[in-house]
Amino acid sequence: MTGPVLASLVVGDVVAERSVQLTRESLVRYAGASGDFNPIHYRDDVAAAVGLPGVLAHGMLTMGLAVETIVPWLGDAGRILDYGVRFTRPVVVDAEDGADLQITAKVGALDEGIARIDLTVTFGETTVLGKAQVRVRLDG
Amino acid sequence: MSVNPELVGRSFPPTAPYLVGREKVREFARAVFATDPQHLDPDAARGLGYADVVAPPTFAMVIQDLTLQQLLAEEDSGIALERTVHAEQRFRYTRPIVAGDELVAQLQITNVRPFGKGAMVTSEAEIQDASGEHVVTATSVLLIGGDVA
Repeated sequence: MTGPVLASLVVGDVVAERSVQLTRESLVRYAGASGDFNPIHYRDDVAAAVGLPGVLAHGMLTMGLAVETIVPWLGDAGRILDYGVRFTRPVVVDAEDGADLQITAKVGALDEGIARIDLTVTFGETTVLGKAQVRVRLDG
Repeated sequence: MSVNPELVGRSFPPTAPYLVGREKVREFARAVFATDPQHLDPDAARGLGYADVVAPPTFAMVIQDLTLQQLLAEEDSGIALERTVHAEQRFRYTRPIVAGDELVAQLQITNVRPFGKGAMVTSEAEIQDASGEHVVTATSVLLIGGDVA
Protein backbone atom coordinates (compact mmCIF):
# COMPACT_ATOMS: atom_id res chain seq x y z
CA MET A 1 0.00 0.00 0.00
CA THR A 2 1.38 3.36 -0.94
CA GLY A 3 0.75 6.59 0.88
CA PRO A 4 2.51 9.69 2.07
CA VAL A 5 5.83 9.09 3.79
CA LEU A 6 6.45 10.76 7.11
CA ALA A 7 10.16 11.28 6.52
CA SER A 8 9.46 13.43 3.47
CA LEU A 9 7.28 15.90 5.39
CA VAL A 10 8.28 19.13 7.09
CA VAL A 11 6.17 21.13 9.52
CA GLY A 12 4.45 23.87 7.53
CA ASP A 13 4.15 21.88 4.30
CA VAL A 14 0.82 22.31 2.52
CA VAL A 15 -0.26 18.74 1.73
CA ALA A 16 -3.64 19.50 0.13
CA GLU A 17 -5.96 22.37 -0.64
CA ARG A 18 -9.17 22.96 -2.49
CA SER A 19 -12.12 25.30 -2.78
CA VAL A 20 -15.74 24.24 -2.43
CA GLN A 21 -18.78 26.25 -3.40
CA LEU A 22 -21.75 25.60 -1.14
CA THR A 23 -25.21 26.37 -2.46
CA ARG A 24 -28.64 25.95 -0.90
CA GLU A 25 -28.82 22.67 -2.81
CA SER A 26 -25.66 21.53 -0.97
CA LEU A 27 -27.39 22.17 2.35
CA VAL A 28 -30.54 20.27 1.38
CA ARG A 29 -28.39 17.41 0.11
CA TYR A 30 -26.44 17.30 3.38
CA ALA A 31 -29.67 17.49 5.40
CA GLY A 32 -30.97 14.42 3.61
CA ALA A 33 -27.70 12.49 3.75
CA SER A 34 -27.08 13.21 7.45
CA GLY A 35 -30.62 13.31 8.80
CA ASP A 36 -30.10 16.81 10.25
CA PHE A 37 -33.26 18.63 9.17
CA ASN A 38 -32.90 21.68 11.41
CA PRO A 39 -34.74 24.33 9.31
CA ILE A 40 -32.11 27.03 10.00
CA HIS A 41 -30.15 25.24 7.26
CA TYR A 42 -32.75 25.75 4.51
CA ARG A 43 -35.46 28.24 5.57
CA ASP A 44 -34.75 31.97 5.54
CA ASP A 45 -37.82 32.75 7.66
CA VAL A 46 -36.80 30.35 10.44
CA ALA A 47 -33.17 31.59 10.38
CA ALA A 48 -34.38 35.19 10.68
CA ALA A 49 -36.86 34.33 13.45
CA VAL A 50 -34.07 32.96 15.65
CA GLY A 51 -31.85 35.96 14.99
CA LEU A 52 -29.36 34.46 12.54
CA PRO A 53 -27.81 36.56 9.77
CA GLY A 54 -29.13 34.08 7.18
CA VAL A 55 -29.42 30.39 6.34
CA LEU A 56 -26.33 28.65 7.71
CA ALA A 57 -24.35 25.64 6.50
CA HIS A 58 -24.41 22.72 8.92
CA GLY A 59 -21.23 22.82 11.01
CA MET A 60 -20.89 19.10 10.36
CA LEU A 61 -20.98 19.74 6.61
CA THR A 62 -18.04 22.15 6.92
CA MET A 63 -16.22 19.68 9.19
CA GLY A 64 -16.91 16.84 6.75
CA LEU A 65 -15.83 18.56 3.57
CA ALA A 66 -12.73 19.97 5.28
CA VAL A 67 -11.29 16.55 6.18
CA GLU A 68 -12.14 15.12 2.76
CA THR A 69 -9.60 17.54 1.33
CA ILE A 70 -6.81 15.30 2.66
CA VAL A 71 -8.28 11.84 1.95
CA PRO A 72 -6.94 11.61 -1.66
CA TRP A 73 -3.49 12.60 -0.34
CA LEU A 74 -3.69 10.02 2.47
CA GLY A 75 -4.84 7.33 0.06
CA ASP A 76 -6.72 5.53 2.85
CA ALA A 77 -9.19 7.12 5.29
CA GLY A 78 -8.15 4.38 7.72
CA ARG A 79 -4.96 6.32 8.42
CA ILE A 80 -7.02 8.89 10.34
CA LEU A 81 -6.68 8.35 14.10
CA ASP A 82 -8.67 11.29 15.30
CA TYR A 83 -10.23 14.49 14.05
CA GLY A 84 -11.61 17.37 16.06
CA VAL A 85 -12.86 20.91 15.42
CA ARG A 86 -14.42 23.86 17.18
CA PHE A 87 -17.24 25.62 15.38
CA THR A 88 -16.23 29.24 15.73
CA ARG A 89 -17.99 31.22 12.99
CA PRO A 90 -21.13 30.54 10.94
CA VAL A 91 -21.11 30.07 7.16
CA VAL A 92 -24.03 32.05 5.73
CA VAL A 93 -25.13 30.54 2.41
CA ASP A 94 -26.73 33.13 0.16
CA ALA A 95 -29.73 31.91 -1.86
CA GLU A 96 -28.23 33.15 -5.13
CA ASP A 97 -24.49 33.37 -4.63
CA GLY A 98 -23.96 30.46 -2.23
CA ALA A 99 -20.78 30.51 -0.14
CA ASP A 100 -17.22 29.86 -1.29
CA LEU A 101 -14.99 28.02 1.15
CA GLN A 102 -11.24 27.64 0.84
CA ILE A 103 -9.59 24.71 2.62
CA THR A 104 -5.85 24.40 3.28
CA ALA A 105 -4.23 21.40 4.97
CA LYS A 106 -0.78 21.93 6.51
CA VAL A 107 1.55 19.76 8.52
CA GLY A 108 1.24 21.05 12.10
CA ALA A 109 3.46 18.55 13.92
CA LEU A 110 5.36 15.30 13.32
CA ASP A 111 5.95 12.57 15.87
CA GLU A 112 6.78 8.82 15.80
CA GLY A 113 4.81 7.72 12.74
CA ILE A 114 2.04 10.24 13.32
CA ALA A 115 1.48 13.58 11.63
CA ARG A 116 -0.85 16.28 12.85
CA ILE A 117 -2.51 17.98 9.91
CA ASP A 118 -4.02 21.39 10.61
CA LEU A 119 -6.99 22.36 8.48
CA THR A 120 -7.85 25.98 7.80
CA VAL A 121 -11.26 26.71 6.35
CA THR A 122 -11.88 30.28 5.31
CA PHE A 123 -15.09 31.92 4.16
CA GLY A 124 -14.28 35.33 2.72
CA GLU A 125 -11.83 36.83 5.20
CA THR A 126 -12.91 34.74 8.19
CA THR A 127 -11.78 31.36 9.51
CA VAL A 128 -14.84 29.28 10.37
CA LEU A 129 -13.32 26.31 12.24
CA GLY A 130 -11.00 26.54 15.22
CA LYS A 131 -8.35 23.96 16.11
CA ALA A 132 -9.33 21.78 13.17
CA GLN A 133 -6.73 19.04 13.60
CA VAL A 134 -6.43 15.57 12.13
CA ARG A 135 -3.95 13.06 13.48
CA VAL A 136 -2.89 10.56 10.83
CA ARG A 137 -0.72 7.46 10.84
CA LEU A 138 1.96 7.51 8.14
CA ASP A 139 4.60 5.12 6.90
CA GLY A 140 8.25 5.64 7.90
CA MET B 1 -35.53 24.93 32.94
CA SER B 2 -31.74 24.91 33.05
CA VAL B 3 -29.47 22.00 32.24
CA ASN B 4 -29.60 19.30 34.88
CA PRO B 5 -26.09 18.94 36.41
CA GLU B 6 -26.96 15.39 37.49
CA LEU B 7 -26.71 14.33 33.85
CA VAL B 8 -22.96 13.82 34.39
CA GLY B 9 -22.09 10.17 34.43
CA ARG B 10 -25.48 9.13 33.11
CA SER B 11 -25.32 6.26 30.63
CA PHE B 12 -27.96 5.50 28.06
CA PRO B 13 -29.02 2.14 26.63
CA PRO B 14 -27.30 1.08 23.38
CA THR B 15 -29.06 2.28 20.23
CA ALA B 16 -30.77 -0.18 17.89
CA PRO B 17 -28.27 -1.63 15.37
CA TYR B 18 -27.69 0.62 12.33
CA LEU B 19 -26.83 -1.26 9.13
CA VAL B 20 -24.52 0.87 6.96
CA GLY B 21 -25.67 0.64 3.34
CA ARG B 22 -23.43 1.10 0.30
CA GLU B 23 -25.75 3.65 -1.30
CA LYS B 24 -26.03 5.57 2.00
CA VAL B 25 -22.24 5.83 2.11
CA ARG B 26 -22.21 7.09 -1.48
CA GLU B 27 -25.00 9.57 -0.75
CA PHE B 28 -23.15 10.89 2.30
CA ALA B 29 -19.86 11.05 0.37
CA ARG B 30 -21.45 13.21 -2.34
CA ALA B 31 -22.95 15.46 0.34
CA VAL B 32 -19.52 16.23 1.87
CA PHE B 33 -17.84 16.65 -1.53
CA ALA B 34 -15.88 13.43 -1.05
CA THR B 35 -14.54 12.41 -4.42
CA ASP B 36 -11.98 9.75 -3.52
CA PRO B 37 -12.87 6.38 -5.14
CA GLN B 38 -12.63 4.48 -1.80
CA HIS B 39 -15.93 6.15 -0.80
CA LEU B 40 -17.75 5.35 -4.05
CA ASP B 41 -16.26 2.33 -5.79
CA PRO B 42 -16.28 -1.06 -4.00
CA ASP B 43 -13.32 -2.27 -6.08
CA ALA B 44 -11.22 0.73 -5.03
CA ALA B 45 -12.13 0.04 -1.39
CA ARG B 46 -11.28 -3.67 -1.75
CA GLY B 47 -7.93 -2.64 -3.20
CA LEU B 48 -7.22 -0.99 0.18
CA GLY B 49 -8.28 -4.11 2.04
CA TYR B 50 -11.85 -3.14 2.97
CA ALA B 51 -14.93 -5.29 2.39
CA ASP B 52 -16.91 -2.49 0.73
CA VAL B 53 -16.98 1.30 0.28
CA VAL B 54 -15.38 3.31 3.10
CA ALA B 55 -17.54 5.96 4.77
CA PRO B 56 -16.14 9.50 5.03
CA PRO B 57 -14.73 10.20 8.52
CA THR B 58 -17.67 12.33 9.68
CA PHE B 59 -20.26 9.69 8.72
CA ALA B 60 -20.01 8.57 12.36
CA MET B 61 -22.22 11.57 13.13
CA VAL B 62 -25.19 9.74 11.56
CA ILE B 63 -24.83 7.04 14.22
CA GLN B 64 -24.00 9.49 16.99
CA ASP B 65 -27.13 11.46 16.15
CA LEU B 66 -29.24 8.51 17.31
CA THR B 67 -27.72 8.95 20.75
CA LEU B 68 -28.28 12.71 20.79
CA GLN B 69 -31.96 12.00 20.11
CA GLN B 70 -31.95 9.91 23.29
CA LEU B 71 -30.46 12.84 25.20
CA LEU B 72 -33.03 15.31 23.85
CA ALA B 73 -35.83 12.90 24.77
CA GLU B 74 -34.66 12.71 28.40
CA GLU B 75 -37.38 14.53 30.32
CA ASP B 76 -35.21 15.89 33.12
CA SER B 77 -32.27 17.00 30.93
CA GLY B 78 -33.23 20.66 30.66
CA ILE B 79 -31.87 20.62 27.12
CA ALA B 80 -34.01 22.18 24.40
CA LEU B 81 -32.96 21.80 20.77
CA GLU B 82 -33.81 25.39 19.86
CA ARG B 83 -31.35 26.69 22.49
CA THR B 84 -28.58 24.25 21.52
CA VAL B 85 -25.46 25.19 19.58
CA HIS B 86 -22.88 22.64 18.44
CA ALA B 87 -19.63 24.06 19.84
CA GLU B 88 -17.09 21.26 19.32
CA GLN B 89 -16.89 17.84 17.73
CA ARG B 90 -14.26 15.12 17.84
CA PHE B 91 -13.94 11.58 16.51
CA ARG B 92 -11.41 9.01 17.70
CA TYR B 93 -11.13 6.05 15.34
CA THR B 94 -10.03 2.47 15.70
CA ARG B 95 -10.99 1.88 12.06
CA PRO B 96 -13.16 3.57 9.43
CA ILE B 97 -16.85 2.70 9.03
CA VAL B 98 -17.42 0.45 6.00
CA ALA B 99 -20.64 -0.46 4.16
CA GLY B 100 -22.04 -3.66 5.67
CA ASP B 101 -21.14 -2.68 9.24
CA GLU B 102 -23.86 -3.10 11.82
CA LEU B 103 -23.21 -0.44 14.41
CA VAL B 104 -24.47 0.22 17.91
CA ALA B 105 -23.78 3.40 19.87
CA GLN B 106 -23.79 3.98 23.59
CA LEU B 107 -23.99 7.48 25.00
CA GLN B 108 -22.53 8.80 28.19
CA ILE B 109 -22.60 12.37 29.50
CA THR B 110 -19.09 13.14 30.67
CA ASN B 111 -19.28 16.79 31.66
CA VAL B 112 -21.76 19.57 32.39
CA ARG B 113 -20.33 22.94 33.30
CA PRO B 114 -21.96 26.34 33.68
CA PHE B 115 -21.35 28.72 30.80
CA GLY B 116 -22.88 32.19 31.04
CA LYS B 117 -26.57 31.68 31.75
CA GLY B 118 -26.46 28.23 30.21
CA ALA B 119 -24.19 25.20 30.21
CA MET B 120 -21.65 23.30 28.15
CA VAL B 121 -22.57 19.62 27.91
CA THR B 122 -20.00 17.06 26.77
CA SER B 123 -21.29 13.73 25.52
CA GLU B 124 -19.41 10.69 24.30
CA ALA B 125 -20.92 8.08 22.01
CA GLU B 126 -18.95 4.87 21.76
CA ILE B 127 -19.70 3.11 18.49
CA GLN B 128 -19.09 -0.64 18.18
CA ASP B 129 -19.57 -3.17 15.42
CA ALA B 130 -21.62 -6.40 15.56
CA SER B 131 -18.73 -8.30 17.13
CA GLY B 132 -18.45 -5.74 19.94
CA GLU B 133 -15.21 -4.23 18.63
CA HIS B 134 -14.66 -0.50 19.00
CA VAL B 135 -14.98 1.44 15.73
CA VAL B 136 -15.11 5.11 16.70
CA THR B 137 -15.87 7.33 19.68
CA ALA B 138 -17.73 10.53 18.85
CA THR B 139 -17.53 13.40 21.34
CA SER B 140 -19.77 16.46 21.12
CA VAL B 141 -19.71 19.63 23.13
CA LEU B 142 -23.09 21.31 23.07
CA LEU B 143 -23.65 24.83 24.29
CA ILE B 144 -27.10 25.10 25.82
CA GLY B 145 -28.34 28.67 26.13
CA GLY B 146 -30.03 29.90 29.29
CA ASP B 147 -33.74 30.55 29.57
CA VAL B 148 -34.94 33.41 27.42
CA ALA B 149 -36.33 36.14 29.66
